[in-house]
Amino acid sequence: MKIHEYQGKELLRKFGVEVPQGFLAHTPAEARKYATELGGTVVIKAQIHAGGRGKGGGVKLAHSAEEAERIASEIVGMTLVTHQTGPDGKEVGKVLVEEGLEIERELYLGIVLDRTTSQLVFMASTEGGVEIEKVAAETPEKILKEYIDPSVGLQAFQARKLAFGLGLQGEQVKNALKFFAALYKAYVESDCSMAEINPLVVTRDGRVLALDAKISFDDNALYRHKDFYDLRDLDEEEPLEVEASKYDLNYIKLDGEVGCMVNGAGLAMATMDMIHIAGSEPANFLDVGGGASAETVKNGFKIILSDENVKGILINIFGGIVRCDRVAKGVIEAASTMDIGVPVVVRLEGTNAEEAARLLEESDISFEVGRTFHEAAQKVAAAVGR
Amino acid sequence: MSILVDENTRLVVQGITGGEGSFHTHQMLEYGTNVVAGVTPGKGGQKFEEKVPIYNTVADAVAQKGANASAIFVPPPFAADAIMEAASAGVALVVCITEGIPAADMVNVHQYLSRRKTRLVGPNCPGVISPGLAKIGIMPGFIHKAGNVGLISRSGTLTYEAVKQLSDLNIGQSTCIGIGGDPIIGTNFTDALKLFKEDPDTEAVVLIGEIGGTAEQEAAAYIRDNLGKPVVAFIAGKTAPPGRRMGHAGAIISGSEGTAEEKIAALRSAGAHVAESPADIGATMQKVLT
Repeated sequence: MKIHEYQGKELLRKFGVEVPQGFLAHTPAEARKYATELGGTVVIKAQIHAGGRGKGGGVKLAHSAEEAERIASEIVGMTLVTHQTGPDGKEVGKVLVEEGLEIERELYLGIVLDRTTSQLVFMASTEGGVEIEKVAAETPEKILKEYIDPSVGLQAFQARKLAFGLGLQGEQVKNALKFFAALYKAYVESDCSMAEINPLVVTRDGRVLALDAKISFDDNALYRHKDFYDLRDLDEEEPLEVEASKYDLNYIKLDGEVGCMVNGAGLAMATMDMIHIAGSEPANFLDVGGGASAETVKNGFKIILSDENVKGILINIFGGIVRCDRVAKGVIEAASTMDIGVPVVVRLEGTNAEEAARLLEESDISFEVGRTFHEAAQKVAAAVGR
Repeated sequence: MSILVDENTRLVVQGITGGEGSFHTHQMLEYGTNVVAGVTPGKGGQKFEEKVPIYNTVADAVAQKGANASAIFVPPPFAADAIMEAASAGVALVVCITEGIPAADMVNVHQYLSRRKTRLVGPNCPGVISPGLAKIGIMPGFIHKAGNVGLISRSGTLTYEAVKQLSDLNIGQSTCIGIGGDPIIGTNFTDALKLFKEDPDTEAVVLIGEIGGTAEQEAAAYIRDNLGKPVVAFIAGKTAPPGRRMGHAGAIISGSEGTAEEKIAALRSAGAHVAESPADIGATMQKVLT
């Protein structure tokens, strides 16, 4: 689960991670008020989940309260397009008004789960403010890594290695050690799946602060943090995905024209790939789970058909312990109660697949049956006319 | 003709009285798996379907019935504990079916297991089957056929799809391992390939990967340098967008890392036969074997 920068910083502050003073403003008037409180120069930062906000014009400096108000009036309500928002961009609903800092250095700090070692790893780099993946690809020697033994956690010597490795000195080192330890505690105790501080800044007076904070939580651990549900911003999510989550459906909207409904995540991805191979493009990822009952199929149709781009649907179910004839009955039941309006190709493979095909062919619904994975994809691609 | 699971498997099912646990225990018994015990804390002394004794702890199941493998069906908040309990009791193979275990719990489990001999398969996996001998997990047994092709996959139904393609072409399997769709898993591709290398009855291996992480690239290095057996591979998720989790917690392209393209390239350069289409996994293996 992703959260906004301002929410991430509030969380970090609670754990003693130093972040700039700031306030969330929904209107230009609020921005003016907070800029007055903070005094002097402030930074106005658009709050959307996507990265690359600065380049898109969503982060600007204001030297007075008046200027803060003017800039906020430009940013609030604007449609911000960044490399992560897609071409349609994202409307900005709120801005973070933050104290301006006298920055001496911009560094990078992140904690992620390293899948190869199954450990958390601290990554730090002198190359702050740029994408870490770019640094990793071009100058991997500039990334310092400290792997964390989970039985003891981040050790002081590891924090020192990072701090000295970043070229920090004197008071800066002391502040950095405090920062690293607090960030680690925040990560572990909040069940984060990522904490990226980019840039981590060192000010002229030796303070070490998180100028930006990208925090996300492990969805599997949210049951331990019921309060985090309040941090979810539905405006940042695709409305259809929000709707699908109400039905416990695992749905991701894509840009193609063939809607697909599949049981199992791996097979769902493979089905998307198959649609592409057949010359069309998938409109979504949808895993209806192992059961694929009439109820889930019905909800699946509802979600898929809410996407205007969908010109055809491919249902691909591998019946294992759940028999295909039962799934077929579910599909027929769901389809007979609703107006589908686009061609549907069904492919059921596995237990009692023959029986299932017969049921579908003999039913009143006009679904086409794909006998093989390949044939089903070809048929649906042909039906949407590509 | 197999690895990990066979006629010598003595299985304890953790969470045997739950919905999933009881359903699949019944299926495993029907397939012929030697289920010797179940564990549900507080229900010790009862019996499952009037034949499988239930114990309060895994240690009891090991002491009383000599269990040497475990299947875990307990809910996510208690699954990490269940894995460690089995390892602590000395169970050699733990297959964790549970989906949705917090990553932080698995970091601790990984550390705990690193000091022990127990092998973990999963979590978030369909399990392990040696066709005709035994199955530990939730896969439909009847689609399998005994033979000499090993199969390793991060997926569930996509694995069944591939198995069915193989069986339909009369290509039997030695053992099929679902390693799981999570970012932290007990047995990765390379671990499983090492087991298949040592198995004289496995002639070739099917590897089904997907987007996210670098486990397929690491497996490619092992295939190139050590395996000495032909590999047919398929990678799911060529059309998946970056930054989104595609159902499995581990199926996510982070930045430019973990794309299907880089995995396919690594496997190809290691000499693996990569099927472009998921419908061609069986046919590709047939070509390799003739």
